[in-house]
Amino acid sequence: MNYPPQEPEHERWLDESAGPLVRPYVMTSGRLQPVRGEFDLITLVEATGPAPSVAIGLGPEHLSIIRLCQTLMSVAEITAHLDLPTGTVRVLLGDLLDKGLVTVQEPQPEIDMQDLRMYQAVIDGLRAL
Amino acid sequence: MASAPSSAGTRRRMPTAIKILVAGGFGAGKTTLVGAVSETEPLRTEEVLTDRGVGVDDLEGVETKRTTTVAMDFGRITFGEEFVLYLFGTPGQERFWFMWDEVALGALGAVVLADTRRLADCFPAIDYFERRGTPFIVAVNCFEGAQRYEADEVKQALQIGPGIPVLLCDAREKESSKEVLITLVQHAMKLRAAR
Repeated sequence: MNYPPQEPEHERWLDESAGPLVRPYVMTSGRLQPVRGEFDLITLVEATGPAPSVAIGLGPEHLSIIRLCQTLMSVAEITAHLDLPTGTVRVLLGDLLDKGLVTVQEPQPEIDMQDLRMYQAVIDGLRAL
Repeated sequence: MASAPSSAGTRRRMPTAIKILVAGGFGAGKTTLVGAVSETEPLRTEEVLTDRGVGVDDLEGVETKRTTTVAMDFGRITFGEEFVLYLFGTPGQERFWFMWDEVALGALGAVVLADTRRLADCFPAIDYFERRGTPFIVAVNCFEGAQRYEADEVKQALQIGPGIPVLLCDAREKESSKEVLITLVQHAMKLRAAR
């Protein structure tokens, strides 16, 4: 069996993989669940407008998301570009959705994925790559 | 397909997002395959987990309460304005099954990448997708220097059902990786049509 690299025995500050100095839960004020929305990794997000200049109740990470989502982007891509854990990004996105600052499109539920036209479009698209 | 944005209005219609999983053991070439076909360099999404999520019977990885970061590399292929396909390389370890659940939900299907030098590494993924009913195929990544087997030999060794495609591939090659994905989508389409 192979396991990912072992974490160091003792938590250390500031090695090369130290990550952000602001802990993710601080950005979400300790919240674990978004106030609104499901946010699958492939849920698509788009900002409804430019980042507001006066942003009461929004942190810098909220504004970063708005700036990123000027073009359509999936939740997975947002987490990758901001280098934040998925759980944190979900909470932040819930805030933005609640304030009407983003629109989202949740993916098709599994049961609805029977659209044969979609399969054919993907096959044709792959062939054309 | 119904795909109206949640706040309706004059905004343009969003494309439909689709996901395909690329599973397999550590080092089987998941990220390589994703990178071979993705229109962007593979990106990485991470989830921070505490002991809560990690299998309690696993004594090797986690002895004390601490957090673990599970990473997934992923890529994207856009098909016009209508569809966007995301490919997720999913963590190979069985103890991350709960992350598979999240990613597998709503997935079109899965590619299980097998490395013939460590064939057993892909058993957990095969078991998982069989149990869950996710359409999957097995792609045997032919590493340079690795002993080559015929697809049928691998199929026998894995003891998977006769209807499940097994093919050889080179995950570094775009054409080969495309063929793997096309085989999967054709297989998934056949299963859907048969329902």
